[in-house]
Amino acid sequence: MPQPADFGFGEEQAMLKDSARRFMEDKQPLLALRKVIAGTEDPYFGKERPGSYDREAWKEMVALGWSALAVPEAAGGVGMNLVSAVAVAEEVGRAAMPTPLTSTLQTIFVLREAATAAAENWLQQISEGKSGTLALYGKDGSHELDQSDVTAVDGRLNGTSFYVQDLQKVDFLVVAAREGDTVKLYALELSAEGVQLDFDRIVDLTRDQGRVTFNNVAAECIAEDGAATLQAALPATLTLVAADMAGASEWLLQATAEYAQIRTQFDRPIGFFQAVKHPVVNMMILADQTRSLVYAAACAYDTAPATAHRAAHLAKSSASDTAEFCANRATQLHGGIGFTWEHDVQIYHKRLIHSQHLYGDGVWQREQASKYL
Amino acid sequence: MAASETVEHKEFREYCRAWLQENRPAATVIPLPQAAYEVTHEDHKHYLVDWQAKCYEAGLIATDVDKIYGGHGHSGLQQIASSEVRRAKVPYFINWIGLGMAAPTLLAHGTESQKQTYLPPIFSAQEIWCQGFSEPGAGSDLVSLQTSAVKEGDNWIVNGSKVWTSLGQLAKWMLLLARTDKNDKYNGITYFVAPMDIPGVTVRPIHKMTGESGFNEVFLEDVVIPDHMRIDEVGAGWKVAMSTLTSERGAAAGVGAIASSESPYAAIETLIALAKEKQRNGRPIWDDPVWRDRLVKLYERIDAMSQNYRRAGVKELNGGAMRIPLQGKLNGSEIGQDLHQVALGMLGMEASLYVGDPNAIDDGRWALGYMNSYTGTISGGSSEIQRNILGERVLGMPKTK
Repeated sequence: MPQPADFGFGEEQAMLKDSARRFMEDKQPLLALRKVIAGTEDPYFGKERPGSYDREAWKEMVALGWSALAVPEAAGGVGMNLVSAVAVAEEVGRAAMPTPLTSTLQTIFVLREAATAAAENWLQQISEGKSGTLALYGKDGSHELDQSDVTAVDGRLNGTSFYVQDLQKVDFLVVAAREGDTVKLYALELSAEGVQLDFDRIVDLTRDQGRVTFNNVAAECIAEDGAATLQAALPATLTLVAADMAGASEWLLQATAEYAQIRTQFDRPIGFFQAVKHPVVNMMILADQTRSLVYAAACAYDTAPATAHRAAHLAKSSASDTAEFCANRATQLHGGIGFTWEHDVQIYHKRLIHSQHLYGDGVWQREQASKYL
Repeated sequence: MAASETVEHKEFREYCRAWLQENRPAATVIPLPQAAYEVTHEDHKHYLVDWQAKCYEAGLIATDVDKIYGGHGHSGLQQIASSEVRRAKVPYFINWIGLGMAAPTLLAHGTESQKQTYLPPIFSAQEIWCQGFSEPGAGSDLVSLQTSAVKEGDNWIVNGSKVWTSLGQLAKWMLLLARTDKNDKYNGITYFVAPMDIPGVTVRPIHKMTGESGFNEVFLEDVVIPDHMRIDEVGAGWKVAMSTLTSERGAAAGVGAIASSESPYAAIETLIALAKEKQRNGRPIWDDPVWRDRLVKLYERIDAMSQNYRRAGVKELNGGAMRIPLQGKLNGSEIGQDLHQVALGMLGMEASLYVGDPNAIDDGRWALGYMNSYTGTISGGSSEIQRNILGERVLGMPKTK
């Protein structure tokens, strides 16, 4: 089947994206974030920081159907595709909004690929307003999908999951656990007996991350072949975070272009000078490449699965390199002010440092993509 | 853009595909140069003129142009024809300046009589066009051009010189910019159609670093141009030129100009195939993660360029009508250059072997292509000028000049 020229981005998606954008602008998430961290001795750590987020806004997002956007209608969801989810994720990134939305959307695609009755039950719970995240990685942070430090024996989990995103914000987990030579996926509520949460001290102020230790915890198996399920959902996992990064990179581009018009040195706005103007254009070139690859990857997952992995690895590769360049130039070209705590450039810069390495940087993604070339 | 093709589009695509399959010309005895702007050989000229004429008759060129101007009178089909021509890996169209610049300029600014006179032979390649913009003292700073045109009765007398004139030695017509008012920099330039085969016009080839020719110096000495060959108003030349350059930069839909036969996808796929085949340190180059990373990065950028064009057609996702199209020339030329640089690195010491050496990989095409890639990054507004335009027009930064 030929892919749609418009990525499957029709009127419905345009309206969704537009309302997501206006919603994020309206909520002013960075002002809310600054209120929480203002006056604290250590803004980097604490149970309410940096994992703090606007809970009322999240409830509204749930009510708008965004958290269940990609849940099939049979499980009570909206039944939209990855292109639609990506459109919203891009707006989350543009606003640098602290929210469990992206993690929940990623969890949805893993549950969809699991395609078991148990997984469908968890999808149903997302439709009812629950949020979820993925607990897949071991201590050394390898990006392979079979490197979990958690083991499962007779439906009981032991060990620790590392680098779990949005751990302070979500209701349930999908956990990769080793059972003999295989990896299976389990799902459980964070409040389950024997679950211990520890929070990481991370660079990014807009996210939170942590470790989950399982002490003989009872959990429900949702996929017997966990590695295959995760691999099938990987294009969605990668493309959603790449979309978030595309939105954040575009924000940095616009902020820097605007600053270059108002900041005056040597009697001229600094954007007059080609040493400033040209790198800002280079930011745009990269941001556009990423954005195009993100929509192409989402459309490939929706309509041409045979090409989805290659497209998603290329999109995340591009997103990581674009993020690094845009964050670097934005901070440099803003001069001293961009380096300060008060300026929002630092918030985006740190969100992008986090995203750049999440699930593998550009080099890793290209190594994966090469298997499909 | 519709999510799926209409029946008309689908039928036309199938027609183009079948026609190109059936009419693919036999290869030339001496291989064609890599792009249309390097053509100098008479045999190549005849071969390419015949090929373009055939494609025009088949409806692959001027597909969407009105019938009174020699077009085929369709709407929305040129893009399909052009993409099928690219896909078929057939020879390029020699009259690329005629198709890519002269035709869009005439359609936008020409009189009825000019359009009806000049357009049909552009499409059929019976009359080749070249462009007379740059001068020895006016490159990136084009507006400082000095070639003068002085009105005498119904004629203009032109004196000066032009440089980097691709196809100048084959052309029947030149798109000429000349100064008609020395005291008004921007409004003192007028746009003409200049005949190349009249007294006073001297064409002298310039040899490039590749050893090929293809572009020229053109000297204009008391050249007489009738006033009816002026395009648009006296003094409107700069405005008209900007619209011509916009066509060159890929922003116009165009009438089917194809200046090089190989798509960037085909080039990177060829390079990856070479990496899988060529041995280095006892294993294929592709097995070396450093080279693999470089090649996949190039593939990613080429894919992004193609997905950019796709996204440009989605109004809600393109960031404004001109944002992506204005990046086309910059992206295409810089990615092409980087691709050839990587290719030479991959060849190692074999990169030293040039066209004609019996041991040269692909007859030296990678070294030749690397050198020719500077045509892309310098001509038609250098990459630096492209970045000024993008910074100013798309991002709103202050004008450098």
